[in-house]
Amino acid sequence: MAIEVRIPTILRSYTGGAKVVEGAGDTLGELLTDLDSRHGGLKGRLVTEAGALHRFVNVYVNDEDVRFLGALDAKLNDGDSITILPAVAGGAFGFAAAAAIGSHKLSTVVESGHPVPDVAR
Amino acid sequence: MARYDSLLDACGGTPLVGLPRLSPTAPEGAPPVRLWAKLEDRNPTGSIKDRAALFMVRAAEEAGQLRPGDTILEPTSGNTGISLAMVAKLRGYRLVCVMPENVSTERVQLLRMYGAEIIFSPAAGGSNQAVATAKQIAAEHPDWVMLYQYGNEANARAHYETTGPELLHDLPTITHFVAGLGTTGTLMGTGRYLREKVEGVQVVAAEPRYGELVYGLRNIDEGYVPELYDATVLSRRFSVGTRDAVLRTRQLVEVEGIFAGFSTGAILHAALAVAHEAVRAGRRADVAFVVADGGWKYLSTGAYGGTLADAEEALDGQLWA
Ligand SMILES: Cc1ncc(COP(=O)(O)O)c(C=O)c1O
Repeated sequence: MAIEVRIPTILRSYTGGAKVVEGAGDTLGELLTDLDSRHGGLKGRLVTEAGALHRFVNVYVNDEDVRFLGALDAKLNDGDSITILPAVAGGAFGFAAAAAIGSHKLSTVVESGHPVPDVAR
Repeated sequence: MARYDSLLDACGGTPLVGLPRLSPTAPEGAPPVRLWAKLEDRNPTGSIKDRAALFMVRAAEEAGQLRPGDTILEPTSGNTGISLAMVAKLRGYRLVCVMPENVSTERVQLLRMYGAEIIFSPAAGGSNQAVATAKQIAAEHPDWVMLYQYGNEANARAHYETTGPELLHDLPTITHFVAGLGTTGTLMGTGRYLREKVEGVQVVAAEPRYGELVYGLRNIDEGYVPELYDATVLSRRFSVGTRDAVLRTRQLVEVEGIFAGFSTGAILHAALAVAHEAVRAGRRADVAFVVADGGWKYLSTGAYGGTLADAEEALDGQLWA
């Protein structure tokens, strides 16, 4: 069974530059293992050593976030379309820039490691 | 109520309107499935962000972190800047916005009109470049105050205290709430409130899926999740591509006469998905979704006319929400 997987720019070094690859598996975990057999190292960028999806990786099955569908145990079907994207907040820009400024002067560091100013807490 | 002491007092209290033509038709005898639009473009500067801007400025004032004449610095690709510019003007602050150069010209013109100063960060290089530009500015101006909407609890609280109660008051039978996911403030605040009050309510996120430029990180570890985000508040989360967002934005104005921005199209796409699921399951549903802003600021993109493929191309590399 064939499942189409869209690969983000930063992970295409693992797919020989391919934007879209195909794989198989009854669950997302199985699909990633299958992909890793042909694109060595890919799974390690998406799944932590503890066996969970990386915090800054979002995976969508038919446009729906897989974390709400069982994460790595999410069931897949033939013809499903998977999209992998790095987590960037609503356009990334504001958040990235704000986090950078926060770390400079106006802030204290919170647990997540991202700096926020006092008023933000 | 239709009379207010000032523009700031006219924030919120937006209409919730039914969409009888866009709501899916349930079969004879099956329970009804209805879509409802919360018209957040009816806020003082025309977007949902007025609520967050007002609450964040008030919270900073109450905490003694903002004093008259202070300068507020906010990196923003649009609506939050416009809302803050209005609030800053009325409450006596100066506003400096850092924006990527690939936002629509209307947003730039609006910000300047409200009196905000703008510093552009180059579009090329995506968020990495934005980080560099922002760092430089902060280093040069250590006394500027940043409200930091991505981690500011007053952003989510604005929706916990206003958007949520308004929805429940107007639609006590609500089963689903669907909104856009940027800072996550709308969904966290409204979602928490509704979950406390409405058993089994579904809180559904729609996030825009942009062109590749926006995801141009060098490394996965450079990713960001806003501090405000708590996944346990959400029931589901959809990623909506440009084509679907444009299609739904056009459908909303063609079928129901509501002229909205493209993030609303993405939200409607998710709302229709859950509404159609309810019909298939034979369940009653009252699906309320957010119209985050009107379409005016996006007209110059040209994406309201022409083919969907043209529109998709026109929006490629733009931050359309
Ligand atoms: C037009 C539009 N839609 C949706 C959103 C997302 O809302 P929030 O930041 O509360 O998650 C924003 C702001 O980020 C916006 O400007």
